[in-house]
Amino acid sequence: MSLFLNILVDGLAYGMILFMIAVGLSVTMGLMRVINLAHGGFALIGGAFAHWLTIKAGLSFWVAAPLAVLGTMAVALPLERLIYRRIYGFGELQQVLATIGLTFLMIASINLWLGSSLLAIKLPAVLQTSVDLGFRTLPMHRIVVIIAGLAVIAGLWLLMERTRFGIRLRAAVDNRATASALGIDTGVIYGVTVALGAGLAAFGGVLGAELLPIEAYYPLRYMVLFLIVVAVGGMGSITGSFAAAIALGVIDTASRYLVPEYGTIFFFACVLAVLAFRPQGLSGRA
Amino acid sequence: MSIDKTTTKQPSRYASRLAGARSGLFGIPLLAEALLLAAAVAAFYLFPYNLAFLTRILIMIVLVLSLDLILGIAGIATLGQAAMYGTGAYAAGLFAIHVWADPVAGLLAGAVAGAAMALVSGLLLMRSHGLTLIMLSIAVAQICAEIANKARPITGGADGLRGIRPDPILGMFEFDFVGRAGYFYALAVVIVIFALLRIIARSPFGLTLRGIQESPSRMRAIGTPVYWRLVSAYTLGGAIAGVAGALAAQVTQLVSLEAYSFNLSAEALIMLILGGTGRLYGAVIGAVVFMVVHHVAAAVDPFNWLFIIGAMVLGVVFFVPTGFLGLPLALQRLFGGRGHDDRA
Repeated sequence: MSLFLNILVDGLAYGMILFMIAVGLSVTMGLMRVINLAHGGFALIGGAFAHWLTIKAGLSFWVAAPLAVLGTMAVALPLERLIYRRIYGFGELQQVLATIGLTFLMIASINLWLGSSLLAIKLPAVLQTSVDLGFRTLPMHRIVVIIAGLAVIAGLWLLMERTRFGIRLRAAVDNRATASALGIDTGVIYGVTVALGAGLAAFGGVLGAELLPIEAYYPLRYMVLFLIVVAVGGMGSITGSFAAAIALGVIDTASRYLVPEYGTIFFFACVLAVLAFRPQGLSGRA
Repeated sequence: MSIDKTTTKQPSRYASRLAGARSGLFGIPLLAEALLLAAAVAAFYLFPYNLAFLTRILIMIVLVLSLDLILGIAGIATLGQAAMYGTGAYAAGLFAIHVWADPVAGLLAGAVAGAAMALVSGLLLMRSHGLTLIMLSIAVAQICAEIANKARPITGGADGLRGIRPDPILGMFEFDFVGRAGYFYALAVVIVIFALLRIIARSPFGLTLRGIQESPSRMRAIGTPVYWRLVSAYTLGGAIAGVAGALAAQVTQLVSLEAYSFNLSAEALIMLILGGTGRLYGAVIGAVVFMVVHHVAAAVDPFNWLFIIGAMVLGVVFFVPTGFLGLPLALQRLFGGRGHDDRA
C-alpha cells in the first residue's frame, strides 16, 4: 500500500512536470506544424535563470521562480520573431535542422554563462519538509508540484475554453488559413503561444529540477522524453498531452520501482505499443 | 524484386534524363567521384597522424549514405539509424570473436544483422509517418541500447564488447597500429557502398522509391505496393548501416553502447541535411564537413565549440536550404542573380 502510494505520488508529480514542459511543444507543433526540438531549451533557460537568481543573486525562490518564467518568455518572444517566424514555411527536415542548431546555441550560451556543472536551484525550507497525512508522510515538494500541475491544466482549460484568445488559438490550430482569412491575426497568436509555451516549459523546468536536474545539456538529454509525450498525446491537444504525460510519468516511475532492471525497456515498449495502435496519439486527429 | 511493367516504362525515360543531368561535374562522367577519391588518398598522405579520425569520417560516410537511401531517396524520416548501426557492430564483433575473424565475412554478418533489425522494426515503422515514425524509430534504438546494456554476459554491457581481433584483410593486409590498413579498408567499403547505392538509385526500384517520396498515393494508384517498397528500402538501408557498424567494430576493435546512442542517429541526420539529401554526394560532403568542423572546433575551444556547430547548422538552413550541394547555386544567385533552381 505504501509502495503503491509512493509510485502514485512520485509518478503524478513526474507526470505534471512532463506535462508543463511538453504542453507548449504540443500546442506549437499543432499550431505552426513546427517540429521544435529546441523546446527543452526554454526549460533549461528557465532553470538557469532560477539558478542564477537564487544562488548568485540570493533572491528567495518565490521571487526567483516567477522572474525566471518571465525572463524565459522575454527570451522566447524575440526568438519567435527572428528565427521561428522564418522556419514556419520550411520543410520538416529543415525545421529539425534549424531547431537542433538553435538548441546547440542555447546549450553553448548557458555553458558559457554558467558552466557545464549541475545548476542547483535553492528551494525554500518549506518545500523541503514533509507533510504528515496521518497515515503516512509525503514530501511537500511533490504535493506542490502536483497542485501546480493541476492549476496549470485548469488555467489552460479556462484560457482555451473561456477566452477570446483561446477561441482564436483553437481556430488557428484547426485551420490556419481559414482563421487568417476570417481576420484573426495569426502572427500575434503565434508569438503569444510560443511565449506562453516557453514560460510553461520554464515553470516546469524550475519546479522539476529535483526530478530532471538542470545542466547545460538538459535540452538534448530530455528532448526524446518531451517529444514522446507529444507523440503519445497527439499533436496540438492539451488534454492529450496531459493524459500522456501523467500515464508516462506513472508508468516510468512504476517500472523504476517494480522492475528497476528493465525500467527503460518497459517504458519504451509501452510507447511502441501505444503508437503502433494509435499512430496519431491518444487524442490525435487523423 | 519484381516490378510491374507499368511502373518501369515511364520512369526509365525520366531515369535517362536524370542520368544525363547528373552524370558528373562539368558534364564529365565520374569526375566528381574521381576528385573525391583523389581527396581521400591525398588526406591519407597529408594527415598521417590523424588516420583514426579520417577512418571515423569514412565510417560515418557509410552510415550517412545508408540514411540517404532511406530519407533522401525513399523519403522516410527517421531518427533511429543507430538501431541498425549498433546491431551491425555487435553482430560483427560477436561474429569475429566466436565464429570467424575474417573482416569481409564480418561485414556480411553486420549487413545481415542490420537488415534483419531493419526488417523486423520496419514492418511496424513503415505503417506510420511524420512525428510518430520519428518517435517510433527512436524508441526502437533505445530498446536496443537497453537490451545490449542488460545482456552483459554477451555484449559486455556498459564496459563494451572487447577482444575483437580481426584477421588480415583478404588474408593479406594486417590491421596495423597506426591504422593505415584500416583507412584503405574503410575507403574500399565506402567506394563499394557508394557504387552500389548509385546503381540502386538509378534502378527501377530506386525510381519507385523517389516516386513514393513525391506522392505515395499516386504510386499506389499505378499499382506500386508502397508499404512493401518502403520496408525493402528500410531493410536495404539497415544492411548498409549494419556494414557501417561492422566497419567501426573491426577498425576500433571495440563496440560500446554508444553505437546505439540517440546522438549518433541525430548527428547522421544533421550531416545528411547539411550536405543535401537524395544525391549521395551530399552524404559524403555533409559527413566530411560536419566531422572536420566538429573536430577542429572542439580542438580550438573545448568549451564553446557548440557555438560553431550551432551557427553552421542555422546558417546552412537559412542561407543554403538545399545543403552544401546547393552552395554553388546559392552563390550564383547571390552575386549574379541569374541562377535558378530547377530541382527544388
